[in-house]
Amino acid sequence: MELKGLMIDNPKDGIFRVHRSAMTSPEILQMEQERVFNKCWLYLCHESEVENPGDYRRRNVAGRPLFVVRGSDGKVRVFLNTCTHRGALICRRDQGNTEVLQCFYHAWTFNNQGELIGVPDEAGYGKGFNRAEMGLKSPPRVDNYRGFIFVSFNPDVEDLVTYLAGARDYIDLIVDQAEEGMRMIPGSNRYFIKANWKLLVENSLDGYHVKPTHKTYFEYVTSLGVKTGAVQTAFSRPARALGNGHAVEEHDGVRGRPIARWSPLFGEETKEEIARIRARLVEKFGEQRTRLMADISRNLLVYPNLIIIDSIDITVRIFWPITPELMEVTAWQLAPKEEKRELLARRLDNFLTFHGPGGFATPDDVEAIESCQAGYKAEGVEWSELSRGMHREAIAEDELQLRAFWRQWYGYMLGLGKVDTKDPVFRERSSVAS
Amino acid sequence: MPEARLGGNDNSVPTLREEVEDFLYQEAALLDEWRLDEWLALFTVDARYVVPTTDLPEGDPKKELVFIDDDMVRLRARVERLKSRHGHREYPWSRTRRFITNVRVKRLEGHNIFVTSSFLVYRFRMGDTSPYVGWYEHRLKQIDRELKIHHKRTVLDMETLREHGAVSIIL
Repeated sequence: MELKGLMIDNPKDGIFRVHRSAMTSPEILQMEQERVFNKCWLYLCHESEVENPGDYRRRNVAGRPLFVVRGSDGKVRVFLNTCTHRGALICRRDQGNTEVLQCFYHAWTFNNQGELIGVPDEAGYGKGFNRAEMGLKSPPRVDNYRGFIFVSFNPDVEDLVTYLAGARDYIDLIVDQAEEGMRMIPGSNRYFIKANWKLLVENSLDGYHVKPTHKTYFEYVTSLGVKTGAVQTAFSRPARALGNGHAVEEHDGVRGRPIARWSPLFGEETKEEIARIRARLVEKFGEQRTRLMADISRNLLVYPNLIIIDSIDITVRIFWPITPELMEVTAWQLAPKEEKRELLARRLDNFLTFHGPGGFATPDDVEAIESCQAGYKAEGVEWSELSRGMHREAIAEDELQLRAFWRQWYGYMLGLGKVDTKDPVFRERSSVAS
Repeated sequence: MPEARLGGNDNSVPTLREEVEDFLYQEAALLDEWRLDEWLALFTVDARYVVPTTDLPEGDPKKELVFIDDDMVRLRARVERLKSRHGHREYPWSRTRRFITNVRVKRLEGHNIFVTSSFLVYRFRMGDTSPYVGWYEHRLKQIDRELKIHHKRTVLDMETLREHGAVSIIL
């Protein structure tokens, strides 16, 4: 498989293209597993999902069955979900609470700290058998940034904070909205899309599609009283490459935010509470940062495949390739632990209107990227065009943020590691500044 | 409703369950035929339509994440969206066929009739077949001698929306 030439990055003429085989080739998917997913930090879960000792959650990460459990000692650990004896899955429920995990096959028993504590007829093993060495195994690296737990299958990966680069500030902007920390709301959206996983990266960061694709959503919010002018100008903020392939697209929320910009759509009864939250933010973080947190919405990519949509609601979305033409998506809702019922209801209400697979927008995104994948079968058009805004300071409606992802993806695929993911117009500026 | 009487008991008066069954079959037919405005007219003005997520079938939309939690304002908007050529996941419309069985009148409370049933909804579109399987809880109300839906809860049995990608039709 010839990787060189899969991407055209020509700033002189303002042309950026990706070869469509990147979305269709099984060989490329296999290489992505080795060169992207086995190299990066990958999102696993939020620490609030294993709040109490014994709480566990089962997760698949890059095709590998894992589970995360808070031990009776209070420490969160991540284990490969396979018995060290003969391989059976140890954790066979999606979530629960337990002190011990017993493999049903031969009844080997592990405690919730991963130690092997019971082997039926242990005398049947010779002296070379050391029970202490037969505990559950963990991925090489596990780390937690402000509640977001990541794993890496690359023992030599840089530390998580360095990896997060400029995305760290944006995670801070989200987490700092909560007074007592964030929690994942129970219930998740699990759906599959018949498209290459990278198309959901593109779609999640793409401000250009929002108005044409999601016309029915905007018709609905306009019918509720949102001014159409607000919708028209919402996506004119700058888009940013944040280093390491991370990227963000920011826009003006058109319906207010529970934290913390009141809108008539939220009802008079929430006005005081939102004002109180805003005052607290101003006191703690100052006016400028409060405006960033409470007035502006953003779609953030933590490379390669974690999307956090910080708008009226906070959607956390992760997706994994199953085949080049099929991905599995899971989405959750993050909310401040202390959030009052009325505001939580409005947060959930927005999620359901826009982001959920039963909402007024997400099904059309699914349709759009499945449609792209189906279109690739025509073959005669080799390249996808991602040049928008390359000649200017790109805004959310441009494709700079998509290019940032693609440049880093290409860097990993070619084995170059970190590359400069910015558009050249910004590279020149930073070199002048330095 | 003479049709109902044909299936009735000895004195040809339909039982409550028969009436309820006819109502559910009629609802299914309106949806399969995409007669969405007529379907909407089956609901009371203060009705609610809820579809929990596949991993939390008992989910409470007030404090937990569900797929759909529509009051009549949003349900009407959902219907408008499905009738629009900009509701892309359903434009053109999918073909559907609904099978409703195991209808049970669970209890009566004042004017409320609590009904559960099993469903299998086949959806065909763009070469794909995606069956939704699960059960309904309908809370029906007798208003002016007509049954109306006061609350409809659609609980899915699938583990994920693997074949479906979305809940783009009304279930």
